Amino acid sequence: MLYLRLFYEFFKAGLFAVGGGLATVPFLTDMGASTGWFTNAELANMIAISESTPGPMGVNMATYVGFEVGGVLGAIVATLGLVCPSIIIIIIIAAFLEKFRSSKYVEYVFYGLRPASTGLIAAACWGVVTISLLTVLSTEGAVVTFSLNWQLVLLAAVIYACTHLERLKKLHPIIWIALSAVAGIVFQM
Amino acid sequence: MNVYLDLLLTFARVGVCTFGGGYAMLPILQREVVEKKGWATDAELTDYYAIGQCTPGVIAVNTATFIGHKYKGILGGIVATLGMVFPSLVIISVIAAFLQNFADNVYVVHAFNGIRACVCVLIFNAVMKLRKSTVIDMPTAVIFLVVFLLSAIWDLSPAILVLVCGVIGLALKLMQERRGQKGGDET
Repeated sequence: MLYLRLFYEFFKAGLFAVGGGLATVPFLTDMGASTGWFTNAELANMIAISESTPGPMGVNMATYVGFEVGGVLGAIVATLGLVCPSIIIIIIIAAFLEKFRSSKYVEYVFYGLRPASTGLIAAACWGVVTISLLTVLSTEGAVVTFSLNWQLVLLAAVIYACTHLERLKKLHPIIWIALSAVAGIVFQM
Repeated sequence: MNVYLDLLLTFARVGVCTFGGGYAMLPILQREVVEKKGWATDAELTDYYAIGQCTPGVIAVNTATFIGHKYKGILGGIVATLGMVFPSLVIISVIAAFLQNFADNVYVVHAFNGIRACVCVLIFNAVMKLRKSTVIDMPTAVIFLVVFLLSAIWDLSPAILVLVCGVIGLALKLMQERRGQKGGDET
């Protein structure tokens, strides 16, 4: 049963990949090798497309692989397989949290957890900055030489300034995303 | 509007507006879920991200399930997640069927370079907003800074960092409490 196998393979990826979309890549590499559904080159293309379309990357990749293997139904089955473990695990944790929400000890744990989580998101932000605004030229040990992509840095600076203007603050983020896409095409960034 | 339909559509909107991984979703969640709907607070979002990072699964899905569950129980969690993956299903299926060379298209490449620059700024703004409710005193400022450096430079596992900081938070607060009690006894 192809669809059962698809569901099972993505359920496994969803269950064991900890830490977001890119963490599923090694599972997909194994999946390609063990099932013969796709080659590494095809996988690289799927990752590129998943990165350049709306939606979370992990979900996009599951949908793409599922579609290639079993059409629209395959896409649905693979995606459901991927999200099932999350739904089950998170609902259990959420129910547990709700029960102990009023406990001061849980509150104490979150006191340390919240700044840590914010720090991790800041680090992820730094990661996006290095990928998108800098071009790494070479890495020799700990010495990394890079060049700034000036056009993109300028675009980022303009958007930063605009999102802090009192009159434009309330605009939906998607408007800035759309404008940046247009700027990217017009100025061939 | 039916609450479940509202959940489904809201998270579908979040899905469409997310370019990149779970972190790129954060600014959209702040706008749609925190500011517009009031289903969660900024502080709760950081809780969900913290837990989402040390549990299995895609962070975006984990966060959606959390928010949906908080608002409308188990069914809410499922509906929110389905809403979030729905746009991906449609968009990716269309691209896979008709536009195999999508990622190589020169316009797509330029557009996405621009989008990525924008996403940097949006995530940065989101972090600055979160910081207001999570970095509230000296110890939390130190935790924030140390975790940022450890993760950005040494690429340490988020799960370990989150767990250690949870324990540190608990220990710090218990120590504070004990000190407070002692002070209370003396007077």
